[in-house]
Amino acid sequence: MTAPLLRIENLSVEFGPRANPIRVVDDVSFEIEAGGSVGVVGESGSGKSMTSLSILRLVPEPPGRISGGRILFDGADLLALPRNQMPDIRGRDVAMIFQEPMSSLNPVMTIGDQIGEAILLHQDLNSAQRRKRVLELLRLVGIPDPAGRIDAYPHQFSGGMRQRVMIAMAVACNPRLLIADEPTTALDVTIQAQVLALLKDVRQRLGTAILLISHDLGIIADSCERVVVMYAGRVVEEGDVRSIFRNPAHPYTRALLKSIPRLDDERDRLYQIPGSVPLAGSVTQGCAFRARCPLRVETCAVDRPPLFAFGPSHKAACWVTAEAAQARSAAEASP
Amino acid sequence: MARYIFWRLADSIPTVLLVLTLVFIAMRILPGDPAIAALGDNALPDQIAVFREKMGLNVPLWRQYLNFLHGVVTLDLGRSLISNTPVVNLLAHHLPYTIELTIAATLIGVTAGIPMGVLAATHRNRPADSAVRLYSLVGYAIPDFYLGALLLIVFSLNLGWFPINGGGDDFPSRMYHIVLPALTLAFLKSAFMGKLARTSLLEVFGKDYVRTARAKGAREGRVIYRHALRNAMLPLTTGLGMSLLATLSGSVAVELVFNRPGIGTLLISGISERDYAVIQGGVIVFALFVVVVNLMIDLLYIVVDPRIRVQ
Amino acid sequence: MTTASIDTFEPVSPAPSRLEIFRQVILARPATLFAAIVILIFVLIALLAPWLAPYNPLAQSFLKINKPPSAANWLGTDQFGRDVLSRMIYGSRNSLILGLLSPALAAVVGTTLGVVAGYFGGIVDRVISRIVDLLISFPELLLAIIIAAALGGGFWNIVVVISAAFVPGFARVARAQTMAVRQEPYVEAAVAVGVSTPVIILRHIIPNIAAPIVVLMTLWTASAIRLEASLSFLGIGTQPPNPSWGNIIRDGLNNLFGSPWPVIGAGFAITCVVLAFNVFGDAVRDILDPETAQ
Repeated sequence: MTAPLLRIENLSVEFGPRANPIRVVDDVSFEIEAGGSVGVVGESGSGKSMTSLSILRLVPEPPGRISGGRILFDGADLLALPRNQMPDIRGRDVAMIFQEPMSSLNPVMTIGDQIGEAILLHQDLNSAQRRKRVLELLRLVGIPDPAGRIDAYPHQFSGGMRQRVMIAMAVACNPRLLIADEPTTALDVTIQAQVLALLKDVRQRLGTAILLISHDLGIIADSCERVVVMYAGRVVEEGDVRSIFRNPAHPYTRALLKSIPRLDDERDRLYQIPGSVPLAGSVTQGCAFRARCPLRVETCAVDRPPLFAFGPSHKAACWVTAEAAQARSAAEASP
Repeated sequence: MARYIFWRLADSIPTVLLVLTLVFIAMRILPGDPAIAALGDNALPDQIAVFREKMGLNVPLWRQYLNFLHGVVTLDLGRSLISNTPVVNLLAHHLPYTIELTIAATLIGVTAGIPMGVLAATHRNRPADSAVRLYSLVGYAIPDFYLGALLLIVFSLNLGWFPINGGGDDFPSRMYHIVLPALTLAFLKSAFMGKLARTSLLEVFGKDYVRTARAKGAREGRVIYRHALRNAMLPLTTGLGMSLLATLSGSVAVELVFNRPGIGTLLISGISERDYAVIQGGVIVFALFVVVVNLMIDLLYIVVDPRIRVQ
Repeated sequence: MTTASIDTFEPVSPAPSRLEIFRQVILARPATLFAAIVILIFVLIALLAPWLAPYNPLAQSFLKINKPPSAANWLGTDQFGRDVLSRMIYGSRNSLILGLLSPALAAVVGTTLGVVAGYFGGIVDRVISRIVDLLISFPELLLAIIIAAALGGGFWNIVVVISAAFVPGFARVARAQTMAVRQEPYVEAAVAVGVSTPVIILRHIIPNIAAPIVVLMTLWTASAIRLEASLSFLGIGTQPPNPSWGNIIRDGLNNLFGSPWPVIGAGFAITCVVLAFNVFGDAVRDILDPETAQ
């Protein structure tokens, strides 16, 4: 078995005073194969964005800090690197695009300069070569009339076009991993589909692995091979898209699936998960989802469930469903 | 962009007219009879009559207003009541001293202030930041004429390094005379620009595009100077306009401290000598300064903000 | 059930009482507390001037001209043999009275103009706004010098001059706030049911724009004190022999070879008071108007 491109091991991120920290990412582990695509899904406050920012060590410090774990990229621990070596990784090996295309581009620089800067920082090209490469990239991400738009400023672009510019900037140096943090949340539905299609296209053409962060399980199902479900700072379920959708093992994942609207839906109202996400760091004991969980038993309040195996590549952190699955497989094993 | 410049220039015409009208109102209507103001309460009736005739105060107010505007346009602002010199000549003689002081103070103040703001913002809540904040706290509180007097006491009177008063004649002498007054005004300006740069930068540091710059691998120096500071230039440009005008008005008191022959000194001596024509001339110059500086700042915006430049 | 429903009418977070605000402003931060103490000391000095001043501030004595500081004259004497400390103590009265009175007067006039412009809109608003926009681009000192040039000295003239310099600022803030409050449902409702305009302005508009106006008043107290000192220094503010910190420096500057102490002492007093009012004003802003505070 080859080593994965990125492997996050027991990552923890804390905010606030060291004496009394709030843990927003708690013991998170997962990995991405080279060229693979993983989606991280969770509500706001689940720690998914902080997890993604940790990979490039962009967690705002202070008040935040990465308090534990390892992030192995190509076998090397990014968290152990000296701080001044991180800029060499960012944009060259791992690139990132953000939720707000409106505010993520510098309003006083032309988009050509901004994309060109990503190249300038990591590659040895003269300005004519850079400009040629920027035009190529603009064409790649589907900006009409690249030569006419290269010297335009962000305010002259629509939201969808700005996100395309962000993608062009991110893939400028052919990174091996592209992190997309809610890339379509701020966009209209039709534009969302176009941007997602573009990300898929980029992945196929350039072989870039993609880590897609979203609150929308539907988007992830559409564009990823594997899914990581996060809740209150922890991974509660992880597996390939197919088995998660067929046999969701965690009650939270089941609830998320129920709340996706569908065309063949007969219901009048969408399903809503009762209650709300607990405040970050407020659950110190047991399962964080228990207050909203229809299946909860006494153990859930006392012991934190570890990730149980539900299949060859499918894990979930629930005492109740794990026990049921075990009982089922025991029954199948002894006819 | 051409349209923006055109409209901005066109817009300054009514502004200038409004300013001149306000000056006219202030000079002719507010104080009651300028003749009595100029000659004192005990002036004899025929003295007053001569004065009114000479100053053109015998015609109806609307005629006076038109004469006043005509005078401004043709650069005929009357003659000083004391020296009988044309006011325009007096202004022309004093103006360079005020302008060179304002420019020198602005150059020093801005080049000192902005790096201080950068230092404070990048070392937030650390000793360097506290030092800069203390500096601007004092700079906001100390009156310019007091600081000027202190520098005068220490460096001219006690140490004898700089001249005690005057503006100098040839270029080296003028540069020698300008040091202390310029430093005085520059201190206040650097406090203002430093504080403004700090707040503007701290706000920009929280923006998403700064995170984008870091995410593509820009190092801190590049993030600060290429991305953050270029965006902070927008509030700083507004601040530069405000502080230019503050320096200009501060120059009045500082000119008095160092006895420099600038417009401020001219205006103040006009006031104390009740030299009506000189007061009017000085006020017009300062008022037009304000209009011109605001115009310059708005045009500078075209350079720093592409959202105005490119529609 | 009835009691419970009454309970629900209790505001969730009751508006902080004056005492509570006082405690937050004054005691929370040491710098603010220190500033408040400095202000209090200067106010006491101004109030108790006749009892605190060791000499008559106007009494001249040719026997002790330009004396350096001594046990008898703590800050020495000036070129007329007047006691500098006594002149400074009396001078604090001019600075503080003008510093407190002028922003208050400017607030009344400026707020009236701003509310009228913001509430009625139309041509009234256009005229007021155009003039305010123009005047606001003038530094306060320059505006004050121009008006003082026209008006001349004298206590009430100085009050008018300093106030006039701040009127445009108050007018602009009051106008913007009024336009925002005017859109609020409760004002539209009051208009709809036929409440008269003066009542709407007094009952609904003024109370809701009061906070930023009060903040500006505190912040501009320091500016007003500085402005008075500058004008007096320029000879167009408080007129000698009546002492004010500004004209003590003016006199002292003409007599620097005689004694630098009047300049040093009076300037130090201005700096301290302005610094204290600046720090205090920032604290008031942080409490009353947290949105504009960074």
